[in-house]
Amino acid sequence: MRYLDEFRDRAKAAVLIKEIESLIAGIDIAKQRPIQIMEVCGGHTHSIFRYGIEGMLPKAIELVHGPGCPVCVLPIGRVDDCVAIAARADVIFATFGDAMRVPGSKKSLLQAKADGADIRMVYSPMDALALARKNPGREVVFFAIGFETTMPSTALTILQAESDGIANFSVFCNHITIVPTIKAILDSPDLHLDGFLGPGHVSMVIGTAPYRFIAEFYRRPMVVAGFEPLDILQSIWMVLKQIKEGRAVVENQYARIVPDAGNAPALQAVTRVYELREFFEWRGLGSIDHSGVRLRDAYGHFDAERKFTIPNVKIADPKSCQCGEVLKGVIKPWQCKVFGAPCTPAMPLGALMVSSEGACAAYYQYGGVRTQVEVA
Amino acid sequence: MNVAPFVGTRRLGRVHVPTVTLAHGGGGKAMKDLIDDVFIEAFGPASFAPPEDQARIGLGALAAHGDRLAFTTDSFVVDPLFFPGGDIGKLAVCGTVNDLAVGGALPLYLACAIIVEEGVPIDLLRRVARSMATTSRQAGVAIVTGDTKVVQKGACDKLFVTTTGIGVIRAGVDLGVDRARPGDAVLVNGLLGDHGAAILCARGDMALESPIESDCAPLHGLIADLLTAAPNVRFVRDATRGGVATVLNEIADASRVAIDIDEGQTPIREQVKAFCEILGLDPLYLANEGKIVVIASAEEAEAALAAMRAHPLGSAAAIVGKVTAGEAGRVTMRTVFGGRRIVDMLVGEQLPRIC
Repeated sequence: MRYLDEFRDRAKAAVLIKEIESLIAGIDIAKQRPIQIMEVCGGHTHSIFRYGIEGMLPKAIELVHGPGCPVCVLPIGRVDDCVAIAARADVIFATFGDAMRVPGSKKSLLQAKADGADIRMVYSPMDALALARKNPGREVVFFAIGFETTMPSTALTILQAESDGIANFSVFCNHITIVPTIKAILDSPDLHLDGFLGPGHVSMVIGTAPYRFIAEFYRRPMVVAGFEPLDILQSIWMVLKQIKEGRAVVENQYARIVPDAGNAPALQAVTRVYELREFFEWRGLGSIDHSGVRLRDAYGHFDAERKFTIPNVKIADPKSCQCGEVLKGVIKPWQCKVFGAPCTPAMPLGALMVSSEGACAAYYQYGGVRTQVEVA
Repeated sequence: MNVAPFVGTRRLGRVHVPTVTLAHGGGGKAMKDLIDDVFIEAFGPASFAPPEDQARIGLGALAAHGDRLAFTTDSFVVDPLFFPGGDIGKLAVCGTVNDLAVGGALPLYLACAIIVEEGVPIDLLRRVARSMATTSRQAGVAIVTGDTKVVQKGACDKLFVTTTGIGVIRAGVDLGVDRARPGDAVLVNGLLGDHGAAILCARGDMALESPIESDCAPLHGLIADLLTAAPNVRFVRDATRGGVATVLNEIADASRVAIDIDEGQTPIREQVKAFCEILGLDPLYLANEGKIVVIASAEEAEAALAAMRAHPLGSAAAIVGKVTAGEAGRVTMRTVFGGRRIVDMLVGEQLPRIC
C-alpha cells in the first residue's frame, strides 16, 4: 500500500534501532533505571503492540501506555446512564461499536441491546443524525465519546441539526480533553516519566502549543508522533535525543498531518458548541478538573443530559483494579493483581482491559513477547 | 396455461402468490406446492422421488469410498443473503462440503433445512434454491432430503439455512488437530480475509465501495489433490469465523506446541489490506469460506504447496510459518516491521452474521 508500506520498512527500522541504542548508551540516568516514555494515545499503544515495537527496543527503554483511549477511561456510572437512556421506548440510541462492550455496573450496551433496547451502531455522528431524519417519531440520542479528535465532528453534527431544524436529535456528551489529564499525571507524586509521545490525531485539531507547559514547567520532552511504526521509532529517538542533550521542548514528528497551529475551523466549531465542565470523572484516574466538555446553553436543546432525567450515579471503580497505577507507569499491566484473572478482555473489570487500545487488553491480546517470557 | 411437469405419476405443484405466507409452512397443499415449485424444481425430481420423509442410502455404496463415515451440520444466517461472490445458498453448500472435506472425507450427501420469514418473495427463495442446486452439482454432492418451516414476521430475518452432510473418509487418511509437531510447516491455500471483507462491504454500513468478492468455494477437490501429493499431512481446517488466527490457536492448543508465522509471507489481497487499515480490523481474524490451514511435516511441505498451487483454488498458496517447540498453545507472528507479537484468539465477535 502506497504511503503506508514506506512507514513500515524493516531496514529503516533497523537503522533507527541502532541510533536509539547509541543514544541510550550516552544517557547516564539509563544506567541506573529504565528511561520511561509515555505514549499518551491509545492509537500509539495499538501500533506498538501490532508491530511488536516494545520487543525491538533496548531494555533500557520502558514504554508506559497512557490514558488516551476514550473507551477505556469512560466511568461505570456514565455507561449506566447510557443504558438508562437506551432503555426508553421512545429512544434510538446510536453509538460507536467499540463503546458497546464497556461494562456498566449492571450491564453493557451490548447486553442492553440483547434485552431489547433499540441500540444502533454508527460510524459517524452524521449517521445518527440521518437516523433522526428517518425516524421523526423517535428521539435519536448519539453517544458522543472521544478526545479533541472526535469533538469537532460531534460539534458540526449539532450545528447541522440546528440549521436543519431537527428536533428529535440529541447528544449524550462524554467528550474529554487530554491536556488536563496529562497535567494530572505529571502532578502525581509517584511519577517517573522521562518524556512523552504526543497524540497525533488530537494534535491535528489542537496543534502543538497546548503542550508547551509540559516542556516549560515540568521539563519533560514531548514529541507529537504519527501512528506508523517508523513514526513511533523516530519519535522515541527524538525524545531520547532531547534527554541526552538536556533539552525539553515540544517537537512535531507528525508534521505531514499536524499543523503547529491546529485546525482553525474545527476549533471554532468546538468553541462554539462546547464549554468546559468543572470536572469530569475518569475511570482509573478519578475526577480531573476541567477535563470534560458539555454543550453550551445555546445548544441545550440538543443535550441529552437536559432532555432526559439521567440517573447520574457515581460508581467507584472495583477496588481490586490498579488501572490508575498502570496509567501512570507505576506498575506494568501484568503486575496488576487482577490481570488475566479475573480481569480479561471478555469480562473486563478495569478500564484498560476494555478496548483494544487499552494497555492491559493490548498486553493480553498481542502480548509483550519479551516481557511475558521474562515474567514467566 | 401453466403446465407443471410430472414426477413419476405425480404432477408437481405450483406457487401462485408472490410471497411466502404462514400457509406455506402449514403442512398442507400450499407447502407441497412450495416444495415442488421451488425446491424440487431446483434440485431435480430424482433427488426427492419417491417423496419419503427420509433419504435412504445404501451402506454398500458408502463403504466403497472408504472405511469411516464423516457427518457434520452447520447453520447459515449471513446478512446480506446475496453478496459479491456468493449467496446464502452457495455458502450453505460450500460450508458443509468443506467441513466434511477438511476431515479428509469425500462429501456425498446433503440435507437442507430452511426457516423462512413470512413475506419473503418466492423469487428470492427460488434464487437461493437454484444457487444451492448449482453449487451442489458442481461439488458433486446430492441434496437428498430437506425441510421447510415458515415463521411469522420478525421471528427470523428473511431466511436461515441449515445443511447437514455425510461423507466417507478413505482408509489410511488420518488428520487430527492434535498432530502438529515442532518443525512442521504451516500452509494456507490462498489470499486471506476476502469473505469477511466482502460481507462487510456488501452491508453498505461503511459506505465503502470495493471490488472484493467472497472466496466461497467447495474445497474437497483441492484437499483430495493435497492428500494425494502429501499423504502424511497432519491436519487441515477451513478458516471460517475467527479467521486463520483462531485456527492456529486451536492447533497450538490441541497439539501442545507453539506456532510462529511470518506476516510478510501471509498472502492478503491489497484491497483487503487497505480495507482493514481503514476500519482497524486485523485480516488474520477475518472470515474465509474457501481457505484452509494445512499442517505438513517439513519433508512434505513443498509437495503440499505444489499440489495446492496446481489447483485453481490454491494458486496463491503459501507456507506462512512453522510449528515450534516454544510455549505450548502460543501463536506468535514476526511482523513486517521486524518485531514479534502474540496472535491470540479473538475476544467477542468481530462481525456478527458473517456466515
